[in-house]
Amino acid sequence: MTYFADVGALARKDLLLELRARDTLPAMLLFVVSTLVVFHFVLPVGSSDLAATGLLWVALLFTALLGLSRSFAAEREQGVIDGLVLAPSDRSAIWLGKALSILAFLGLAEVIALPAYALFFKPVSAALVGGVVLADLGIAAVGTLLAAMATASRARELLLPLLFLPLAIPIVIGGVGASVSADPGRYLGLLGLYDALFAIICWASFEYVVTE
Amino acid sequence: MAAAIALIFFYAPLDEDGLNQKIFYFHVPIAFTAYACFGWGGWKALRHLWKRDEDADLESYVAIHLGVIFGLLTLVTGSIWARYRWGHWWVWSEDQLVLFLVLFLFYCAYFMLRFSLPPGPQRANLSAVYALFGVALIPVSILAIRLSQRFIHPIAFDKGGPNMAGSQFFTFCVAVLAMFAVAATLYHLELAGKRLDVRLRELREALQ
Repeated sequence: MTYFADVGALARKDLLLELRARDTLPAMLLFVVSTLVVFHFVLPVGSSDLAATGLLWVALLFTALLGLSRSFAAEREQGVIDGLVLAPSDRSAIWLGKALSILAFLGLAEVIALPAYALFFKPVSAALVGGVVLADLGIAAVGTLLAAMATASRARELLLPLLFLPLAIPIVIGGVGASVSADPGRYLGLLGLYDALFAIICWASFEYVVTE
Repeated sequence: MAAAIALIFFYAPLDEDGLNQKIFYFHVPIAFTAYACFGWGGWKALRHLWKRDEDADLESYVAIHLGVIFGLLTLVTGSIWARYRWGHWWVWSEDQLVLFLVLFLFYCAYFMLRFSLPPGPQRANLSAVYALFGVALIPVSILAIRLSQRFIHPIAFDKGGPNMAGSQFFTFCVAVLAMFAVAATLYHLELAGKRLDVRLRELREALQ
């Protein structure tokens, strides 16, 4: 049980920091709404709504990248990560706590993004919402680990999209498939499989990312 | 390898595609070899994390390096094949090609990661974790790309073709084995070279 207490404390720390400093979330919200507005002008008259659905996924993915690239900023600048690694708890708790806080940010950003999309383009289906929820789990799990990796490198924020986008291709396929297909179950299954597989790998390997 | 080339050009019967069907004996073995290299790299990465095997880091890196080279060759030969077969250099409906493109991008990112970290245990760990991600990505991508054909191309291409005759299959097997042999030789050469580099650097440091 102490494991979950640690995870909860770490996630709460991130949310509290965000509540006080308001660095990340407003940026994500503004970014996703302005991206949707840009997409309105990207689509020529007569483009189908399907194209708009695809672009929604692009907007969500890049918004997630924006949030992820800042996610370990505080840890790096203040040297918090060394303290966390030295703390007498399982290292994977750091990953889980951070992933939960990222998940909260993503969820909040999408609470704004999906209604905005419905307002600008077309109504949102239940399968789309299901796809977004499952995709968020995968993005938070994989993204957190890759953000920790990118933070350790010289290139930092530059590296994260390069590491993340090839891994996000199955998420995009599952998400877009779930939103446009008449039979979304298969795609939601793919997303669920992805989440489970990569969450286990991330959980097991995070220790090696922060220690030597 | 020479035997394989001889068989490819003189033994295997031509099918309805004519001469350009020969590229099949290069393209598919190269693709298999690339998979084998990625798999080997992932296995060595796992060994590194699990058993703390210091050498495994370099071995994993060399295997992935070769995998990327073979992956690039797969893309090139695949698109040449697609050009003759379907008249386009790039066919999005060909699962294998798209998969190799994804993997190629992924492993290029692996190099970016590796070169932006200072040498040391941390670089070895991060590279190993990322290499493991790659091995997990291969089956997931295969599944995802299969599924994506449903909404990107409603009518799947019927690949047709190679219902292989005995002699074709024999040639194919020899070609696969030959390509594996080439890869294994390159792997050992490259590994020996890298080890020599490391050793040289150590000696230089010891001298100073």
